[in-house]
Amino acid sequence: MGYTAKQYDVIVVGAGHAGCEAALAAARMGCDTLLLTINLDMVAFMPCNPSIGGPAKGHVVREIDALGGEMGRNIDKTFIQMRMLNTGKGPAVHALRAQADKFMYQHEMKKTIESTPNLTLRQGMVDELIMEDGRCVGVVSQTGARYHAKAVVVTTGTYLRGKIIMGELMYESGPNNQQPSIKLAACLKENGLELIRFKTGTPPRVNGETIDFSKTEIQPGDENPKFFSYETKESNVEQIPCWLTYTSESTHKIINDNLHRAPMFSGAIEGTGPRYCPSIEDKIVRFADKPKHQIFLEPEGRNTLEYYVQGFSTSMPEDVQLDMIRSVPGLENAQMMRNGYAIEYDAVVPTQLWPTLETKKIEGLFTAGQINGTSGYEEAAGQGIIAGINAARKVQGKEPVIIGRADGYIGVMIDDLVTKGTNDPYRLLTSRAEYRLLLRHDNADLRLTPLGYEIGLITEERYQAFLRKKELVELEIQRLQETKIKPSDVKALLDEAGSAELTQGGSVILLLRRPEVTYEMLEKHFPSPYELTEEMKEQVEIQIKYAGYIEKQLQQVERLNKMERKRIPEDIDYQDIKGLANEARQKLELIRPLSIGQASRIGGVTPADISVLLIYLEHYNRVTAAKGS
Amino acid sequence: MIEHDTIAAIATAVGEGGIAIIRVSGPQAIQAVDRIFQTKQSLCDAASHTIHYGHIVNPDTNEREEEVLVSLMRGPRSFTAEDVVEINAHGGVIAVARVMDILLQQEDVRIAEPGEFTKRAFLNGRIDLMQAEAVIDLIRSKSDRAFAVARKQAEGVLSNKIKALRQNVIELLAHIEVNIDYPEHDVEEMTSQYIREQCEKTIVEIDHLLKTASEGKILREGILTAIVGRPNVGKSSLMNTLTQENRAIVTDIPGTTRDVIEQYVTLNGIPLRLLDTAGIRETSDVVERIGVERSRDAITEADLILFVLNNNEPLQEEDRELLKSLQGRSVIVIVNKMDLPTKLELDEVIPFLNGGSIVKMSMLQQEGLDQLEAAISDMFFEGKLEANDLTYVSNVRHISLLKRAKQSMHDAIEATYAGIPIDVIQIDARLAWEALGEILGDEAGDSLIDQIFSQFCLGK
Repeated sequence: MGYTAKQYDVIVVGAGHAGCEAALAAARMGCDTLLLTINLDMVAFMPCNPSIGGPAKGHVVREIDALGGEMGRNIDKTFIQMRMLNTGKGPAVHALRAQADKFMYQHEMKKTIESTPNLTLRQGMVDELIMEDGRCVGVVSQTGARYHAKAVVVTTGTYLRGKIIMGELMYESGPNNQQPSIKLAACLKENGLELIRFKTGTPPRVNGETIDFSKTEIQPGDENPKFFSYETKESNVEQIPCWLTYTSESTHKIINDNLHRAPMFSGAIEGTGPRYCPSIEDKIVRFADKPKHQIFLEPEGRNTLEYYVQGFSTSMPEDVQLDMIRSVPGLENAQMMRNGYAIEYDAVVPTQLWPTLETKKIEGLFTAGQINGTSGYEEAAGQGIIAGINAARKVQGKEPVIIGRADGYIGVMIDDLVTKGTNDPYRLLTSRAEYRLLLRHDNADLRLTPLGYEIGLITEERYQAFLRKKELVELEIQRLQETKIKPSDVKALLDEAGSAELTQGGSVILLLRRPEVTYEMLEKHFPSPYELTEEMKEQVEIQIKYAGYIEKQLQQVERLNKMERKRIPEDIDYQDIKGLANEARQKLELIRPLSIGQASRIGGVTPADISVLLIYLEHYNRVTAAKGS
Repeated sequence: MIEHDTIAAIATAVGEGGIAIIRVSGPQAIQAVDRIFQTKQSLCDAASHTIHYGHIVNPDTNEREEEVLVSLMRGPRSFTAEDVVEINAHGGVIAVARVMDILLQQEDVRIAEPGEFTKRAFLNGRIDLMQAEAVIDLIRSKSDRAFAVARKQAEGVLSNKIKALRQNVIELLAHIEVNIDYPEHDVEEMTSQYIREQCEKTIVEIDHLLKTASEGKILREGILTAIVGRPNVGKSSLMNTLTQENRAIVTDIPGTTRDVIEQYVTLNGIPLRLLDTAGIRETSDVVERIGVERSRDAITEADLILFVLNNNEPLQEEDRELLKSLQGRSVIVIVNKMDLPTKLELDEVIPFLNGGSIVKMSMLQQEGLDQLEAAISDMFFEGKLEANDLTYVSNVRHISLLKRAKQSMHDAIEATYAGIPIDVIQIDARLAWEALGEILGDEAGDSLIDQIFSQFCLGK
């Protein structure tokens, strides 16, 4: 059986959030790209929360958009609620979060993919990689089609040897009862990749008709919604609220009485679950003192009455789930439409990857998304775009693109994964970033759009608009800097702001440095000659207000970058380096860091080891230089 | 490990000679020293390879602290090929520690890592290739030794205190982080009030550690050790044995207690400041009495008392009186003159000891010194000596890190008053946590994330 199908530049296996970004990026960069998915109806499917964004995750969506990816535009077209979170905190952690119409989200993404030049969307399950001299040069489908390509991106999500677990019930399955991918796992193993078993889960869904919303609190969207994409200027959709309720004493009792039937505790689950997204039974056992837990009821779309019961992830047997649901105020008579379940799947140990997301063992093979040990749509999409970009650049013979830790959450995530690995499904948190103040929601374009333009994912028109914005922001900051004032000039303004009087004159900027003075107040007294959008004003305000802290972080980044610029040659032989501690030697051999900076972040590599490495490199470079001359 | 910042370290081995040199290297070396150096001409304007006389001043108080000679070598014509300043202090170990302390309060100077000057010299091309391996060995051996010491300390009292401090800070951090990363979760909202309370609590504890460090006594000045006993039991001999037999004489400290001679020695790496009451009392009865009084004074001041008895004599009334006054103190009884026939009833001594040890010696035959060293080490490392944990705080590096942590906590408090948002305040709190971590040699790593998930119940 089998036949030779078409030859492509790049093949992407899986059309979830990672696969869609990877395929779109590669195709838009000019590569003839094939996107294969087990079920064409599951493109960009949200098997869990019908929601995108939040702290760190929302930042990633902005970064994807700044690079020219799709997730931001797609959610802007399909959201049913938009909220800016953390508005009471600093600008760095303002975080946009959308509730999606999950069906519309899929349809929009599918349409975009279908209409993208160079991109072929095809239903098909991949069973095998085609290998040639240790390189991956294509894939074989279940139906025997042999597709050849110069680079392959595998994004299997939770499909790889997926297994659904619910109480005593257990069966092979992808998410939401989709067909799992079984054979590919064996193929990856045969080719030397180490796999681990992870687990995640999802809560039940209930029919909104049967919810008593009067017993819950309403959670409306923002009156003036912001958007994820820098391209989206407006949207007039009607927003749909979410609802908040809590578990009851009776919920906790039902769970405690049935713990012996919970796969979490009976030993039926072997995979490691995410710490940040525990099941409700896990929460109740681990935090026994907490009398109640929040439950958000989130609509799954505009044209359905199905509600997602957030906070209620469970793998209890169906009968227990029913009792549990009905113990929650507002859900006493709820009709459960789908069960919650746990799902186990295979993932690749991510330290086997280069920071480009290409595997070290198999040249030409890239992996992205949940297969790399992460969790979350945004994390998947963030890796997807990078894998797609690097697959395309490899095909085109160009230098790979690596985003630094100081340039984006995407960079933080990938560096964490490939340098430290992960013991449980990895979720991005703002606290994982050292330079949070630089990695803001508002400045993703300033950080990444020049790169997006350079690699060909940002259109000329958008780039020119970006440059104009940047210029106007700089001009306005300069203008404020040069506007000098006497204390008497601004007494009224400061009174209005409830701010202390100035003791001496100076630049207007001094006023804006005060937390209680906003750009809006300043603008009234010192109107700008430039036509500034809200976005630009926000940028001016943030850059001035937090200048001191930003400067401090920039200095730290400069030090980091010095270490990042010290490249370690790929052919370095760690056995040859005298003076490395054994643990460090083993770790360095495994990770094969590209720079001294990356090496220093490997657990078990001490500053003394780094010094030894630096000296060896200097030695190496001098010897190499001497040979060369 | 960060390169091209400015580093400083004491370049002369501690314990060898009265002059100590502090070497400073890096782009800010000249400016940083200039800031704390009072002399005719600013160092910044001085020519390379010149020596300057002046005083180190404390920039906070503007007081002159030490008289020093400063040599200036501009890069690349220096050992490291960077700008290098060397401060020659003549006042011995305490003076050097004080200068180092002031220097490290400069924000742009940090303490050098083991072998770092040599490493820089190599990386900047000042040392040839043949020596590369030697440099690696140097770094390795110094780091390993530092590690061994750190591990020993990690079991100590100080490290527990630092860990407790860090735990305060990390709980605060986790609380801030959870507010940021889980804004809709029903965890307690972080308030300025709460941040201030936590920071203030931490500052109080850091202050406590710093205060005990500066009050006293140990390492900077050594464990104050009194040799006491009746005349002619061998106190002078013991003093001489300890100081002469030991190559680790650091310096003579001009007597703060006038007639009492002070000597600074290290035994097994433990610094002792010996107060000797010997040598002034054997001429007449009056002086003898003074001697005994001085011994008593010394007893009230000292951290450790070496009480010397004569094996060749029965216990005297004076001995008993002294022994009584030693109640509750850290005492080692030295029974000297073991080379002579035993007339001393040790059973009479034991009730007074409350757990202290007895070491039998013969100064004349130089026997028993090893046992004495062991006895002191035991007391020291097992925590029987009061304030022993403070030793580690007296380490200049630790002091500077504690001060840095304290400053960051202050910054955080100030930021709350200035209305700065919590995610920005977090930067200060995190700096404090990292500074404390550096004392323990811990890596910051993932433990914050661990803390978040163990402290709070989160998730969808």
